[in-house]
Amino acid sequence: MNKILLGLLIGATLGAVDGCTAWFYPEVRAQLAGIIVGSTIKGLIAGVAAGIFARKVNSILLGIIFGLAVGFVLAFLVAYMQHDHYIAIILPGSIVGLIVGYATQKYGATPATAR
Amino acid sequence: MSAESVPKHPMRHLSDKAITRLRSGAELADLNGTRYRLIGQVARGGMGVVYAAEDQLLQRRVALKVLDVSGSEGELANRLMREARVLALLEHPGIVPVHEVGTLADGSVFYTMKFVEGKRLDQHIESVDSTPDRLRIFVRICDAVAFAHDRGVLHRDLKPANVMVGPFGEVLVMDWGLAKILADVSGAEPNRDGDSIPRLPADGNDGNSSGTLHGRVMGTPGYMSPEQASGKIELMDARSDIFSLGAILRYLLTERLPAGPSSQRARALDAICAKACALEREDRYAAVQDLAADVSRYLDGLAVSAHRESIFDKLARFYRQYRFFIWLIAAYLLMRVLLIVVVKH
Repeated sequence: MNKILLGLLIGATLGAVDGCTAWFYPEVRAQLAGIIVGSTIKGLIAGVAAGIFARKVNSILLGIIFGLAVGFVLAFLVAYMQHDHYIAIILPGSIVGLIVGYATQKYGATPATAR
Repeated sequence: MSAESVPKHPMRHLSDKAITRLRSGAELADLNGTRYRLIGQVARGGMGVVYAAEDQLLQRRVALKVLDVSGSEGELANRLMREARVLALLEHPGIVPVHEVGTLADGSVFYTMKFVEGKRLDQHIESVDSTPDRLRIFVRICDAVAFAHDRGVLHRDLKPANVMVGPFGEVLVMDWGLAKILADVSGAEPNRDGDSIPRLPADGNDGNSSGTLHGRVMGTPGYMSPEQASGKIELMDARSDIFSLGAILRYLLTERLPAGPSSQRARALDAICAKACALEREDRYAAVQDLAADVSRYLDGLAVSAHRESIFDKLARFYRQYRFFIWLIAAYLLMRVLLIVVVKH
C-alpha cells in the first residue's frame, strides 16, 4: 500500500472515531452525523498531506512534526468556526495528525524513482 | 686414501629451519614466463594450491590457483580448467571472477582470479552477534547460488569455509571445483529476460566431465545432501545445494550466537532449516529463490511458507511488527476517553 493511500485510510478512520466521540457531548449530539463527516474529511486531508510529505521527506521526526502541525491547523480552524470546545477538538485532532505522520513515515511503500 | 687427501674444509650441517625454508621454496610454483610475481601461499586444498601473486602488467594483486602436480593433462588438470570455465560463466557480484587461465613453465595448469581480502564465513561470524545480520549474509549467499543454478551450475560443496566475507561486507561464494553443469546445452541460450546466456556442455549423469564418478562421494560431511553422501550423483539437482544452504543456515543460527531469536521466531527459522535440509528432495524448497524469499520474509517480520502459524502466532507477529503504532492508537483512545471524562465532570 502506498503512503498516500495509507495516510488517507488511517486519517479517515481516526477522524471518524474522533467524530463519533461527539456522541458523549449531549449538547452537540443532534449534529452527530455532520460532525462525523467533517471530522472524517479533516482526518482524510491530514492523512493525504502526511502521505505526500512522507513521499518527499524520509524522516520519522519531521513526519511526526508535519502531521502534528497539519492536524493542529485543521482542528484549530474547526474549533475557531465553532468558537467552542477548543481543547476537545484541537488536542485529538493534533494527535490524529501525529499518528498519521508517524504511520506514513514508518509504513507504506514509496514508488520507485522513475528512470 | 691417506688422511692428507681428505678435504680440509669441514662438512656444513643445515639447520632444520633452513631445510624447512628451502623445502617450502622448492614447493612454491615457478611463475617464470608469466606476468605474475609470487607473493606467498594463501591456502592448500585437495586439488591444488592458491597463492597470492602480483599481476605485474596491471599492477594488482590476484589469487593464483595452480595444480599440485605438473602437467596439463590428466583428471586434475581438466578439473582445474573446468573450474575456471565455470567461474568465467558465472559473472555475479557474489561469485569470485576469474581473470586468466594458463600453463606454467613446468606444465602445471593455473588460473588467476580476484584476490579476496576477507575472512571465511566461519571466521567472520565470530564478530557478528546479531541474527538478522547473519541472515542477511545468508540471503546474499543464496543470491549467488541462485544465479549459478539459473546458469545451470550446481556448486556441490557449499559450506561456511567456501564463503568469503570481504572487509566491505561483500559476500563471495568460492571453490567451484566440484561444480556440476546441469543444463544440457552448449553455446548460447536465452534466459527468462531474453538475454543470451553462454553455457558449458552439461555433465552426464556419470559426471565424468566434472571428475565425479557414480558412487564416488565428494563433498563435506554435514553439508552434503543424502543423495550426494550416498554417491547417487544422478539424483543431484538444485535441491542438493539447497540442502547444503540449509546446513549453512543452521550453522549461522547456532554457532557462537550470544542471544538467539525468541522461541516463537526461532520456530519459524527452525522450520526453514528443516524444510531446506529435508531428507527427501521433494520435501525441500524447489528453488534457492524460495529459500531466500522465506528468510527475507522472516527478516521483514512476515509469515514464512515453511511454518504454519497458529492464530496466536499471527497476532504476536502482527503486534511485533506494528508495536509502536498499536501503542500510539491505544494512547490516543485513552486520551479520548480521559478527555470525555474530564469534560463531563
